Amino acid sequence: MLPLHMNKAIKMTNNKKIYTPVIGLEVHIELATNSKMFCGCPSNHFGKKPNTQTCPVCLGLPGALPVPNNKAIDWCVKLGLVFNCKINKSSNFDRKHYFYPDLPKGYQISQYDDPFCYEGNFLMSSTNQNIRIRRIHMEEDTAKLQHTEIDGKKVSLIDFNRSGVPLVELVTEPDFSSVDDVVIFLQELQRIIRYLGISTADMEKGSMRLEANLSLTPNGKLPDYKVELKNINSFKFLKKAMLFEIERQKDLLLSGKKIIQETRGWDEFKSKTFSQRIKEEAKDYRYLPDPDIPPIELENENIDNLRLEIPELPQAKRIRFKKEYDLSDGVIDILVETKERATYFETAVKLSPKLSKSIASLMVNKNLDKEYPEPAGLVKKLVELEKKDFSSDSDVDQAIIEVIDKNPDVVTSYRSGKGQVVGYLIGQVQKILKGKGDPKLISTKLLNSLHG
Amino acid sequence: MKSNSKNKDLNIFVTLNPTKGKGIPIAVKDNYLTKGLRTTAASLVLGDFIPQYSATVVKKLEKNGYWVYGKTNLDAWCHGSSTETSDYGPTLNPYDTTRLSGGSSGGSAVAVATGIVDVAIGSETAGSVRGPASWCGVVGLKPTYGRVSRYGVIAMGSSLDSPGVLSKNVTLSAKILKIIAGKDPMDATSSDKEVPDYESALTGDIKGIKIGLVENYFLDEMDDEVKKVVLNTLSVFEKLGAEIVKVKTIDPKYAIGVYTVVQRSEVASNLSRYDGIRYGGKRELFGTEAKRRIMLGNFTLSEGYSDKYYKKAQKVRTLYINDFNKLFESVDVLIGPTMPNIAPKIGATKDQAMFGELADVLAEPSSISGLPAISVPCGFAHDLPVGLQIIGNKFEEGKILNVAFAYEQSNKNDK
Repeated sequence: MLPLHMNKAIKMTNNKKIYTPVIGLEVHIELATNSKMFCGCPSNHFGKKPNTQTCPVCLGLPGALPVPNNKAIDWCVKLGLVFNCKINKSSNFDRKHYFYPDLPKGYQISQYDDPFCYEGNFLMSSTNQNIRIRRIHMEEDTAKLQHTEIDGKKVSLIDFNRSGVPLVELVTEPDFSSVDDVVIFLQELQRIIRYLGISTADMEKGSMRLEANLSLTPNGKLPDYKVELKNINSFKFLKKAMLFEIERQKDLLLSGKKIIQETRGWDEFKSKTFSQRIKEEAKDYRYLPDPDIPPIELENENIDNLRLEIPELPQAKRIRFKKEYDLSDGVIDILVETKERATYFETAVKLSPKLSKSIASLMVNKNLDKEYPEPAGLVKKLVELEKKDFSSDSDVDQAIIEVIDKNPDVVTSYRSGKGQVVGYLIGQVQKILKGKGDPKLISTKLLNSLHG
Repeated sequence: MKSNSKNKDLNIFVTLNPTKGKGIPIAVKDNYLTKGLRTTAASLVLGDFIPQYSATVVKKLEKNGYWVYGKTNLDAWCHGSSTETSDYGPTLNPYDTTRLSGGSSGGSAVAVATGIVDVAIGSETAGSVRGPASWCGVVGLKPTYGRVSRYGVIAMGSSLDSPGVLSKNVTLSAKILKIIAGKDPMDATSSDKEVPDYESALTGDIKGIKIGLVENYFLDEMDDEVKKVVLNTLSVFEKLGAEIVKVKTIDPKYAIGVYTVVQRSEVASNLSRYDGIRYGGKRELFGTEAKRRIMLGNFTLSEGYSDKYYKKAQKVRTLYINDFNKLFESVDVLIGPTMPNIAPKIGATKDQAMFGELADVLAEPSSISGLPAISVPCGFAHDLPVGLQIIGNKFEEGKILNVAFAYEQSNKNDK
C-alpha cells in the first residue's frame, strides 16, 4: 500500500492538479511578568474578580501615560535569541489604531517598523527544514469582552484585568507545507517558552493563542489569498481545522471557484471550519510612533547577558541525553517534556550514575518521580529493589510467555473459572526464574496475560 | 465677592473648587486631572467627568502647601489660541473685555492678571502659556519638554505638551517650577536631570551674557507698535551689561506646517480614547475644532500619507532642533516678540481654521524643538499688553528665568 500522502497526490493528479498547503503562523504569548506591560497592575488575571486589577493607565483614563516594563522587553528579546533573530538595538513602540470596546485607548501599543526581534529561524529536527521567523514583537493585551444576559437582557461586559498584560507576538514566514510540522513546531515553541519560564503558555487560559494562515498553491508560488484560522485553543483542534481547510480549499479550487480571504474558526461539534469575518479591504491602523514612550535602546552587553540566561533547551537536551545516557528517542522525549522532569532525571542519575536507564524507566513507565518528589527518594527505592535482586521485568515477561505456552490445559481451566490453578502457574514461572521473581510482579503480570 | 464677579464677567473658571482648602490658592487649567473635582478640558465630552486621580503636578503642588482654587477655562482640549473653542464660552481680556485672553491657557492667564490668584498652572503645546501671558500682561513660563511630568494632564500633542506656569512675577514662576519639575516614574518622557533651585539663582546679574536677537521673528506683517515695544527692551539689556547679537533662525513659518502635522496626528490618536464607554459623553459632543483636527490627523497618519506628512514633518523638526543647537553654541538666550500682535477682538477665530497656528508662529519653532521659553510683560501697544519672549537651550530654565528677572527688576526700577 502506498503511504497516505502518495495516495492523495495520485488522486489529485487525476484532477490534473497537485496542491501544496502554504501555512504561516502567528502566535500570541502572554508573558508571566509580575506587572502589566505599561503599568504596575498585576499581570496574572486568570480567575480574578473582574476589574479588580486596573488603574488609570490600563483603563485608558484621560492623562494616563504608559511606562514600559523592562522585564517583559528582556523576555521578548530572550525568545528572539532562541530563534536566532536579529535584535534591533534601537526600537520603539507604535500606536495601532482601531475602535473596539475592549481597547480602552482606541489604540493598542504594539511595534510596527522596528520590532525587538526579526529575521530568525527554526530548524525542524524531523525534516531538517528551515522555518524562517519573520519577527517577534511586544505589545499589550486587550480587555476581555463577555457577552451574557442580565435580567433577561443581552449585555456585553468588559473586564479590564487583562488590559495591558504583556503580549509577545511571534510571526513565521509561510514556510510550512505540512500540518504535522506545524503542530511539532508549536509544541516545541510551547516547551521552549516554558523552559524559559516567560509564560505558562497555557492555551485553555489563553496565555498562548494560535493563528494559522493557510492557502493552497498549485505551483509552489505564494497564492494571492489566505484564510486565517483563528480563535482555536488546542493543538488538536488546530490540526483538525487545518486538515479540514485543506480539503475545503482544494474542493473549491478544483471546481474552479475563488477562495474568499477571510477569518475562520473551528466548530468541534460539526467538525468543520466556519466563517467568522470576511476581510473586505485592508485595514488602515494609522500607525504612529508612540510619543509617550522614548525609543528603547538595547546595549550589546544587555543582549549578551540575556543570552547567558537562556537555559539548555529541549532540543539540546535531547541530543545530549542520547549521547550521555543512550536512551531511546521516545524515552528522551518524555524526559525533556518539561525542564523540571529533565532536571529531576539528571539529579537522580548524579546520585547513582550506573542506574540511569532504570531511573529513566521508572520515571517514564511508572511515573515514580511523581511519587518521590525528591530524586534521592527515587534512587533509594531503586537501590532497594536492586538489592532484593529480583529478576528483571523482561525476564518475568519471558518466563510467563513460556509457562502459558507449555501449559495450555491449565490456562484453559483457569479461563473456564478454576481460579485456584493460578498458584500452579506462578510456581512454574518461579521455577524458570530460579525463585528470583518478585511474587507480586509475577502475579500481576500473569493475570494480565491470562486476561489479555 | 470681587473675585466672583470678575469670574462671572470674564468667564475665567469652568469649575470653582467647592471645598475651601488650607494653603495658598492656585488656579489650575482644566486639562489637569484633579481627584474628585470635575475636569472637562472645556469640552462637553467630559462635561461630567470626575477624575479618580490627580495629575502629578497637582499632587506636588498640594504637597507643597497649595490649594486648587478652581479649574480655569481653555480652548476645548487646548485646541486653539483664543479660548473661543471652549464649550463654555471664551475667557475675556481684563484690559479690554471686547477682546480675547488668548489661549489655550486663557483662563489661567486672566486668573493671574485679575489678581484672583498670584499663580496659575497652564500648559503648552505651542504658545498656549506664552501667548495668553503676552496678551494679558503676566509672566508665562514654558519649561523644556520632559522637565515637568505630563502624567494626569489631558494629552493634546504628546511629543510637544509641556506643563507651564503663569504668574504675576518671575520669582513665582521660578518657585513653582522648582516644585513641579523632576522625574516622574509615571511619565517615561520625564527627565531625570537634577532640578536646580531656580529661585535662588535669580540674581538679576546678566553682565556679559550673550543675548541673540532673532531678527526674523520681527515679521513683516507684524504690528509696528508691538515691534517698537519689544525693541525697546534692548536698551534695558545693554544697560544691564548684556551683549546683544543679531541672529537669524530658520524661517519660523515652516514650523507652522511641521507643528500642524505633528500635533494633528497626535491629537487624532489621543482623542480616540474618548469613546463614551467607560466615562464621558459620546463622540458627537466633540466641537467643530476637535472634529477638524481628528479628521486632519487621521488623514496625515493614513497609509501612504504618513510618509508624506507625519514622517516628513518629523524630519523638518530635526532641522529646527539642529538650527537651535547651533545658535546656542554662540549665544546664551534668544529674544524676540512672544506674539506678533496684541489681543484680537472676540470672534477673531471665526472661520479661521488656522488661527492658532498663525498666531503662535513665534512659539512653534521652540516648541517643536522642546526648548524652554518665557514671556515677560514688556510694555503696551494700543493700550494692550505686549510680551517679550526669551528662549533658552534645553534645561536652561535657570538662565531664561534670570534674564527675565533682571529685565523685570530693572523695568520696575525705571518706573
